[in-house]
Amino acid sequence: MTVSPAMSEPRAETGMPAPRRRRLNRKLAPWLFLAPGVLMFLIYVLIPIGESMWISFFQWDGLSAKTWVGLSNYLELLDDDAFYTSLKNNLIWLVLYMLAIPFGLFIALFLNQTVRGIRIYKSLFFFPFVISQVVVGLIFSWFYAPGFGLFFELTKWLDGTGIAILANPNTVTYGIIAAGLWPQIAYCMILYLTGLNAVAPDQIEAARLDGAKGIKMLWYVVLPQLRPATFIAVVVTVIGALRSFDLVSIMTDGGPFGSSRVLSYYMYEQALSEYGYRMGYGAAIAVVLFAIMMIFISGFIWKMWRDERGL
Amino acid sequence: MFPKPIQSMSPAARLTYQIALPVMLVVWLLPLLGVAVTSIRPSSDLAQGNYFGIPSYLAFSNYLDVFKNSPFASYMLNSFKVTIPTVIGAVALSCLTGFALAVYKFKGNLLIFFIFVAGNFVPFQILMVPVRELTVKMGLYDTITGLALFHVAFQTGFCTLFMRNFIKALPKELIEAARVEGVGEWQIFWHIVLPLVRPAIAALSVLIFTFIWNDYFWATVLTTGADTQPITAGLQSLNGQWVAAWQLVSAGSILAALPPVAMFFLMQKHFIAGLTLGAVK
Amino acid sequence: MNILKTTALVALMGSIAIPAMAEQRVLKLFTDASDPAPKAAFEQLVKGFEAENPDVKVEVNTFDHEGYKTAIRNFLTADSPDLANWYAGNRMAPFVNAGQFTDVSDVWEENALKDSLGSALKSMTIDGKQWGVPYTYYQWGIYYNKDVYKKAGVEMPKTWDEFISNCKKFQEMGVDCLTTGTKALWPAAGIFDYLDLRTNGYDFHMKLTSGEIPWTDDRVKAVFAEWKKVLPYTTKNVAAIDWQDAVSNIVQGKAANYVMGNFAVATFKDGGMTNDTLGFMDFPTINPDIPRAEEAPTDTIHIPAGAKNKADAKKFLAYVAKADVQTKMNEELGQLPINKNSSVGDDPYLQAGFKILSTADGGIAQFFDRDAPAQMAKAGMEGFQEFMAYPDHLDAILERLEKVRQRVYKN
Repeated sequence: MTVSPAMSEPRAETGMPAPRRRRLNRKLAPWLFLAPGVLMFLIYVLIPIGESMWISFFQWDGLSAKTWVGLSNYLELLDDDAFYTSLKNNLIWLVLYMLAIPFGLFIALFLNQTVRGIRIYKSLFFFPFVISQVVVGLIFSWFYAPGFGLFFELTKWLDGTGIAILANPNTVTYGIIAAGLWPQIAYCMILYLTGLNAVAPDQIEAARLDGAKGIKMLWYVVLPQLRPATFIAVVVTVIGALRSFDLVSIMTDGGPFGSSRVLSYYMYEQALSEYGYRMGYGAAIAVVLFAIMMIFISGFIWKMWRDERGL
Repeated sequence: MFPKPIQSMSPAARLTYQIALPVMLVVWLLPLLGVAVTSIRPSSDLAQGNYFGIPSYLAFSNYLDVFKNSPFASYMLNSFKVTIPTVIGAVALSCLTGFALAVYKFKGNLLIFFIFVAGNFVPFQILMVPVRELTVKMGLYDTITGLALFHVAFQTGFCTLFMRNFIKALPKELIEAARVEGVGEWQIFWHIVLPLVRPAIAALSVLIFTFIWNDYFWATVLTTGADTQPITAGLQSLNGQWVAAWQLVSAGSILAALPPVAMFFLMQKHFIAGLTLGAVK
Repeated sequence: MNILKTTALVALMGSIAIPAMAEQRVLKLFTDASDPAPKAAFEQLVKGFEAENPDVKVEVNTFDHEGYKTAIRNFLTADSPDLANWYAGNRMAPFVNAGQFTDVSDVWEENALKDSLGSALKSMTIDGKQWGVPYTYYQWGIYYNKDVYKKAGVEMPKTWDEFISNCKKFQEMGVDCLTTGTKALWPAAGIFDYLDLRTNGYDFHMKLTSGEIPWTDDRVKAVFAEWKKVLPYTTKNVAAIDWQDAVSNIVQGKAANYVMGNFAVATFKDGGMTNDTLGFMDFPTINPDIPRAEEAPTDTIHIPAGAKNKADAKKFLAYVAKADVQTKMNEELGQLPINKNSSVGDDPYLQAGFKILSTADGGIAQFFDRDAPAQMAKAGMEGFQEFMAYPDHLDAILERLEKVRQRVYKN
């Protein structure tokens, strides 16, 4: 390393009381380095979380003064059909979104070869993840559109009438999730492709000599080595499922008649949309969503904490 | 290597694989291909119900029409104006925080680190009302500055996670040696660590660029109108104007997707390195 | 130091002196007129006002139509303009109640607007005071494809029963009798409003939207019973269709009738229809004993409470209220002026609309989402959308709406 010339200079300048100042400096230094980032994070992330919780005890339209209503926003939630619809849909999202992990693994295994042009294939398979969810939503709206969408025409060819996925309260959520899975599978795929690169070849060879093949090899030899990739895939998929807002907003606005709402969208609807402006009620929904997410976040953090300590 | 290399299999299997690859790809990208074809389909085709057939001619003029009578160019420009400062800001802040958390041992180090990590995962909705109020109060509602400031703050969480882990993996001896030499803390950061984290900066930059470019939620919460809204929110409002004009919606969508896609293909190695950090141990 | 101070002082004086010398006062107007016709109408309005008041400069800030509905909340409290446009009826109530709009009763008094804008007085009054000035309104009704009617060989329906029996004929031809696109919810409310106005009348409808009548009332159920008659002949999957997409059903002759507002005429004509193929009729009679009421949303201009130049803003309102100004402006807009001394453009749809509105002795409703408070409006329109897809859910829908009513109107 050629760092030494640069280093000797300051020492010459700082002069005599260097050791003492440096020690003080070293104690203070991390806080100075942290200050700008922590400050921004405090103002824009941590304090707002507390404020949202506080606001959830008020009735507030964002214009007039806030009125303290205690727990009544939460009590109202308990008797709100739309809230239960959102909760149920969030659950469906959470469960079905997990499909991204096995599908991603499958495509990764499929592409983990060294034939000509495979790099281009990998890039193109990954492509959907790079596109904005707004564009994904528009693409799938077109794909599903009754009357001229590709999907609608395909189903029409099959059953004669066609399935308008986004108009039917029983299918709409699945239609949106399918759109969401598209980029999510790509994400999981890339995680697994990277993971597969690092799988120890000697272990595979050893297992092969022992006669392990196919699924057995995958389950007992490969997957254990892919555990870090799987962990990240689970984290991003859970968070992605609970954050689902863009697609719902673009594709259905929560409709038809509110049947595709999820908590994140319902909160926005109550707090900011054209007919909303119930900031307190919206905040209460956000707190519930936050609580749900905290369960998962704590889990992740706990695992990371353990790994950190193990290091 | 797993699965078994295709080269070691029978010629028939190899052939099947060579055929399956493009077929799978077409199926996988089918919705996107549909939109791409629609974007060069003349509107007369759509009016006559020729949705899937071969376009009667290639109407690249759709891509020009997107800009006509619409603030599309302004939306795109706004996206750059929000995205670029955010990338610079978030990466700069996280170099500092990441350095602090990776290099120094002090009380609360891990706690602060995990607060950054956890903050990065919270639902946006829990921040929405207060952040919007704050932005309004600062007079930054419906400004690019207001939107970028929030993005910088929020992305600092993710970037710190990334930077801290990256710096932590650097050889400790370098910093120790410098300290023995009596180099100041800032000098260590500036002259020793920063040059070494260049790959991390590159990876973070492409990632954050894509995240922010694709952000839709905060764009709708903190901005209104064509003067400030980025392309994601703009595309949604243009979608309202272009109803039934799917050739325009398609062309607009493709244009909106181009910058992150270009970024991805140009910086692929960094992009994937950033995204898959931690996927291998 | 001293030199620095003096330069600063000179600079300061200079910055004050420049606007004073020009003697131009600034009036900030925020508007949602982002579509071409409204944009032109506002430009022309501002030009006219500036010509009459050369000492005032109007700065217009145009917002995206949808974005405006949320932006107004912010700029009223944060960075208030001197003028802002909005909607009449209950839609302005939250701002009035929160003290965000200025009482402009004096403008109404001084310019005798209670006479010239009399038709809109009720919808501009809260607590006995007026809170803005209306400048335009437009009728709702049924737009239909004349060719389809000719092909089916049916007469124009006068009553709802005739309308339904026509529907059977259309169905035999494979044409949807009624089309709409309820993705944005509100188009369904137009149908409900008219069915209620025709079944129960204006007073009942107003009581319903202001929360005085339970949604489970038998008279409300009667409205849905009428609606149910036309559902078998209505376009399928309307919940996934935008209102503009439904327009093409009429244009292409796939559907016969569309309950819509007059602003849609431009879209019909863009699709290729002309005065010869696009027809307009009043919504047919259901109960002949009820005085005929109509639906005509009114658009308005207000002075925010935080306005800096209220004196000129009031001048502007007085100007907008003038008969000749409204005539010119509405010619641009393709809509109807409020001032009774204005003249209506010779467009056949406007003429027809003006005729039914000026003879509506039952009353004029604003629109469901302007007459009912926001939460009720949203829940109601969702209910209408659901009813159109699942008529047998009616009881559950009405119970849900009743629950919302009891909560919303409580305070």
